[in-house]
Amino acid sequence: MVGNAVFRVEGLRKSFGHNEVLGGVSLELHAGEVTVLMGANGAGKSTLVKIISGVYERGGGTMALADQDFAPKTPAEAIRAGVVTVHQNINDGVVADLDVATNLTLDRLSGSGAPTLFNPVRVRREAKAVADRMGLAIDLKARVSDLSLADRQMVAIARALAHQPKVLILDEPTSSLSSAEADRLFALIDRLREQGVAILYISHRMSDIRRLADRIVSMRDGIVSGIFDKKPLDYEGAVNAMLGRKIHLDQIIVRDSANAVIKIDGLRIAPGARPISLTLGDGEVVAITGLVGVGKTALAETLFGVRKPLAGTMTMNGKPYAPNSTGEAIAAGVFLVAKDRGENGIVDGFNIQENISLPFHKRMSRFAVLRRRLERATARRQIEELGIVCRSEKDEMSELSGGNQQKVMVARWMAQDARLFILDEPFQGVDISARRDIAAKLRASANGRATLLFVTELDEALETADRILVMSEQTIVGEHRNADVDLDRLLAEVAGGPLHSAA
Amino acid sequence: MTLRDHAIRYGFIVLLFGLVAYFSIAADGFVSPQSAVFIFQSVAITGVLALGVTATLVVGGFDLSIGSVATSAMMAAAYVMVVLEQNALVAVVVCLLIGAIVGLINGWLIVYMRVPDLLATLGMMFLLVGLQRIPTEGRSIATGMTMPDGSVANGKFSDAFLALGRHRFDFFIPNLIPVSVVVLLVLAVLIWFFLEYTRFGRMMYAVGSNERAAELAGAPVKAYKIWAYVISGVFASIGGILLAARLGRGDIASGNNLLLDAVAAALIGYAVLGAAKPNAFGTAIGALFVGILLQGLTMMNAPYYTQDFVKGVVLVVALVFTFALSGRGRR
Repeated sequence: MVGNAVFRVEGLRKSFGHNEVLGGVSLELHAGEVTVLMGANGAGKSTLVKIISGVYERGGGTMALADQDFAPKTPAEAIRAGVVTVHQNINDGVVADLDVATNLTLDRLSGSGAPTLFNPVRVRREAKAVADRMGLAIDLKARVSDLSLADRQMVAIARALAHQPKVLILDEPTSSLSSAEADRLFALIDRLREQGVAILYISHRMSDIRRLADRIVSMRDGIVSGIFDKKPLDYEGAVNAMLGRKIHLDQIIVRDSANAVIKIDGLRIAPGARPISLTLGDGEVVAITGLVGVGKTALAETLFGVRKPLAGTMTMNGKPYAPNSTGEAIAAGVFLVAKDRGENGIVDGFNIQENISLPFHKRMSRFAVLRRRLERATARRQIEELGIVCRSEKDEMSELSGGNQQKVMVARWMAQDARLFILDEPFQGVDISARRDIAAKLRASANGRATLLFVTELDEALETADRILVMSEQTIVGEHRNADVDLDRLLAEVAGGPLHSAA
Repeated sequence: MTLRDHAIRYGFIVLLFGLVAYFSIAADGFVSPQSAVFIFQSVAITGVLALGVTATLVVGGFDLSIGSVATSAMMAAAYVMVVLEQNALVAVVVCLLIGAIVGLINGWLIVYMRVPDLLATLGMMFLLVGLQRIPTEGRSIATGMTMPDGSVANGKFSDAFLALGRHRFDFFIPNLIPVSVVVLLVLAVLIWFFLEYTRFGRMMYAVGSNERAAELAGAPVKAYKIWAYVISGVFASIGGILLAARLGRGDIASGNNLLLDAVAAALIGYAVLGAAKPNAFGTAIGALFVGILLQGLTMMNAPYYTQDFVKGVVLVVALVFTFALSGRGRR
């Protein structure tokens, strides 16, 4: 195999200002192989992809496609040469208001040689050819905005494949797909592999990687830190190369809790789903894990009063708890660090201090006038507590790194004492050191409340929780005390094995 | 701070002082208490409207109906006093109620009917422009007018009401400061304090910047939005009361420029002190800036028909300040 690389990158460099993001990356992609690129946040994966796809100019090094020099100046040039990228944000790849057929042939609507008049019959014919080649079973007349995320992604990929690429780059394509949807994507990737396309697949998800990889390339701090192509692939080695240390799971001293803080009884969060019953205790950190789309966020939002359960009751400290709004939940001491901080957490126009005080204005004001000195003192205390790296509490949020932004979101809700502290994907887009800081802080401060984490990554659950619950199909299917966890059973539950009744 | 930061932050204030300095030298009589009061008086009504619309801008909305709320309030005041022969207090209360009700309807349309803010308030603007003409079949209201049914309206603007437009308070010089200017200053301080220092104001900014985050922080987002439109409506109706008191009749043709002038003042306010967001202080300065510029140009014999052009230029320059020069606009 080695030697007939379709695409070759050598000594690629890139700096933004004084900040060197890529320090000489070399990479080969072979026809008919899936090369998985792994790397922590900030390792330089995205920059590499953007240089290959013609978004950024490279700072040094060479790229060659089929032994020809490859130096795209624009994304369009890269696509024409046969290097096609499907970016992480699905909606960048499709036009929501147009139908599938038009989307599939969108790139033929402009450019030289495109016909002046729009001919729907011809467009549909060409679109059908594209769809058939890929085995895409979607109504070509449907509007893209009416499709599910997975279908949209299929359309985006199909659109990319209409160019008959030699190299296909997929940037975290499963990040918003359910497991069934991801399976469809994998089947498609298998077919492309057979057709001889060289695929670069960027992902964090071990399950994807195990399913697809022919080779694994690990990146760390802007360089390639390991290449793994001997079968069977050394997955642990690849992870180690990516993280630069053995993921030794900091051994957690598991605590058991006797005092129940919140009891959930027969809660149904989706039509047809089995009811959820669980008890969370004082001082306990519980992680609920499961794949994307199994109802983790729905459960979090139900507890926080954003949505109403279809059935079931909740009791907190023995009293019924049924919040009608987020305001009521907060008043009852239930706090939620919502997932996707950019969308649901950060107020852009506000600095760190104002972001931290946001939910507790009432407690921080006298006669409705905000007590700014108290607000500032709180912010300073929280910055200190969580080790947020910033110049002062007056810094804009946009000046902070992802990890520090997330720390601000956690700091916001730790400024007051919670009875039930919920964190939905708190480690999303967070570098490993910030993740450890946050996890350590959560465990250290856990007394006096119940802490509930929702995480997709198993490692995150294993690193932080006393108890791990597994969700699948909108209900809880398994429970593990985080000491000598039976990983095989846990993984089987995550993967949607036979349903056990919840504890 | 770099030079650029300073330019963004103080550029507009420097421009304002430069303008005052220039007119002081170039225009005779520009520097006098009377001239200063005249400037304030000329921007009082648009200023009040602009402060109201600032509240809706803060929550990420917009209110195009303010001009027609003001003229509707003016017509209502005239109708209440001239036709229904009621006193000043009733007229003022009716006006304020109209403002509050229109604000509630605007808020309801936007929050619950999900009509985009610009369209909802545009619709409301048309509705009010038409509605205010119906009671008198399109005629202006003045004492002695003939009603559609042939009777003669014998009521008149009460002296107390007219005082709102004509009384002047002593301030070092006797009879210097008109009521409208006092109203403007009081409302400006009130809304400035409300937006900057109370938790309600702070949360309104949060709603405008990231509605979802505000909701997840426990804020009743819908209520905040509706309240913003109520504030805007009430402020506009206060502007209408001042207008009616100044004119002394219900003039169907007046108040055409109110909307554009008020919106311009609020948007110019984005550039003041590099705020890059709606803010009450900026709005007040914005209104004043336009007033000074027009007064100065008038005293230098610039023809009246160039006024709108000048306002437009100021607005465009201010928007460039806000969006191109400051980094915030880019987000």
